[in-house]
Amino acid sequence: MRPNDLSDHISKWFDGTGPGADIVISSRVRLARNLAGFEFLPCLTARRKTEILKKLKDAILSLDIGEDIFFVNMADASSLEQDLLVERHLISRQHASGTGPRGVVIAGTESFTAMINEEDHLRIQVFKAGLQLKECWEKINHIDGMIEKKVEYAFSPEYGYLTACPTNLGTGIRVSVMLHLPGLKMTGQIEKFFNAARDTNLAVRGLFGEGTDAVGDFFQLSNQVTLGVSESDIVNEFSDSIVPKIIEYEKLGRTELLAKRKNAIDDKIQRALGVLRSARLISSQEALFLLSQIRMGVNLGRVKNISISTINELFMLTQPAHLQLNKGRQLDPDSRDAVRAEIIRSKLCRN
Amino acid sequence: MQCQSCKQNTATIHLTEIHGGQRHEMHLCEACAQQEGLAVKNQIPLNELLSTLLAVQAQQYAGGSDEVVVDDAECPHCGMTLKRFRKELLLGCPADYEVFDKALRPIIGKSQAGNTTHRGKVPSKVPDDTKQQIDLLSLRKRLDVAVKAEDYETAAKLRDEINRLQ
Repeated sequence: MRPNDLSDHISKWFDGTGPGADIVISSRVRLARNLAGFEFLPCLTARRKTEILKKLKDAILSLDIGEDIFFVNMADASSLEQDLLVERHLISRQHASGTGPRGVVIAGTESFTAMINEEDHLRIQVFKAGLQLKECWEKINHIDGMIEKKVEYAFSPEYGYLTACPTNLGTGIRVSVMLHLPGLKMTGQIEKFFNAARDTNLAVRGLFGEGTDAVGDFFQLSNQVTLGVSESDIVNEFSDSIVPKIIEYEKLGRTELLAKRKNAIDDKIQRALGVLRSARLISSQEALFLLSQIRMGVNLGRVKNISISTINELFMLTQPAHLQLNKGRQLDPDSRDAVRAEIIRSKLCRN
Repeated sequence: MQCQSCKQNTATIHLTEIHGGQRHEMHLCEACAQQEGLAVKNQIPLNELLSTLLAVQAQQYAGGSDEVVVDDAECPHCGMTLKRFRKELLLGCPADYEVFDKALRPIIGKSQAGNTTHRGKVPSKVPDDTKQQIDLLSLRKRLDVAVKAEDYETAAKLRDEINRLQ
C-alpha cells in the first residue's frame, strides 16, 4: 500500500459515525516514546537516526495489531504524498517538512500510525470516530505494550517516559478530540470555552493543529499536563467530564439558535448551499467555512438529503494534495480552486 | 520547514495571501510572525510559556558569575547546553534530565501544573538503571570514533559490549 491509495476516500475515523459524532468528530490518543541508550533527535547523527528508523520500523511491522500496516519512508515520499498524510492528520506538518532519516507506519484503515524520528524517536497514535477516547487508550496501551517487548524505552522512575521536550515528560500522552462547535461560536460563547480550557490546562487549536487559526468552527482540544497524572485519569476526565460538558453547552447553544434566530440560521445555511452549489472557483478556506455551516444545518435538521459523511468527505477530499493526487497531476492554485468547486457541485447537486 | 524570515527557527505559522488572483504563501516562526504583526489566536502558547520561564531563569543566572558557567556547560554524553535548550526547547539525551537537573526541575514543575513525579504506566521492562542507559550512550559515541578512525578491533569490542548491555 502507498499513501496514494488513501487519496480517494475518507479515513474511517472521519466518516461522521461514532458516539456524539455531530459534535465530536473524532478522538485521538498519542504516546511519545524514546529508545534507551540513544541521544534524542537534536543530538543524533544521521547514521544513528537510520539505526533507530530500522529498529523501530522492524519492531512495529512485526506486530499483529489486527489489521494491515505499511511503512512509508519519508525520504522516498513525494511532497504531495507527504502533504496528503498531513491533510489526513496521519503525520504532523513537522514530520513532513523535517529532514534526515524518518518514516511512518500506517494502518490501512488509518486507525493507527507510528511516526519514527519526529520530535521523539517514536510517536504512536490511535484514532477513532466520535467520542471514543477510552477505546483509543485501550488500543494504544496494548500496542505500546507489544512494542516495549521488542525495544527498550528511556524511562526514569521519577520522571517516567523521558521525552525530548519536558512538556511531554511522564506519560508522554496527548489526548485530543476534534470538535465542531458552531453553536458556541454563533452564540458568542466560544471565548468562554477558550478561557475555561486555559484555566484547566487544556490546549485549544484550530482543525489543522498547532500554529493554525481555527477555520469553520472546528477545534482540537487536548491535555497539556503529562506528568504526575496517570493515563487513565487523563482519559477518564476527558471522556467523563470535560467533553460531555462541552457537548452540553454546544447543544444548548444550538437549541437557543433554533429558538431565537431560526431565520438567521436558515439564511446562513441556504446561502452557504447556494454558493457551494454554484461556485466555479472556491478556495479551501472558503469551502471549509461554508461546509461547516452546512454541517451544522444537517445536524440541526435544517438540511435534508445531505449526509454528514458526504460533508466530511468533502472536507477531506477538497484539500490541495488530495485534489492533485486524485487528478493525477500537479495543479496551480487557480486550477485547484476550479477542481474543488467542481467536486463540491457534483456531490451537493446530486442530492 | 524553516522560517522564511530569520532562516533559523522552524516555521509554525503558515499564511496564504491572495492578491488579484495571485497566491502568496508565507511560512514564519512565531517570533517573526509577531514582528510582522500577524496575530496568533486561539492557541495556548505552551512553547512560549516554556521560553518565558527559561528566559527568566537565564536572567537569574546572569546575576551570579558562577551560574553563567552552568549555562554554557555541556552534557558529557550528548553535548547539549542549557543555552541551546533555551533556544530550541528540546533536550539532547535522556541523561540531560540528570545533568541539568537543577535548572530543569523548576521548569518541569511550572510546565506540568506543579507535578514533578511520574504516575501512571511503567514499562514491563524497566531499564536496570539509568547508569546503564548512560553507558550505552558513551559506548555508542566511542564506537563512532573507532569506526571513523578505521580501528575495527576496538569497534568490534565496543559493539559486543553494546550488544551485551541492550
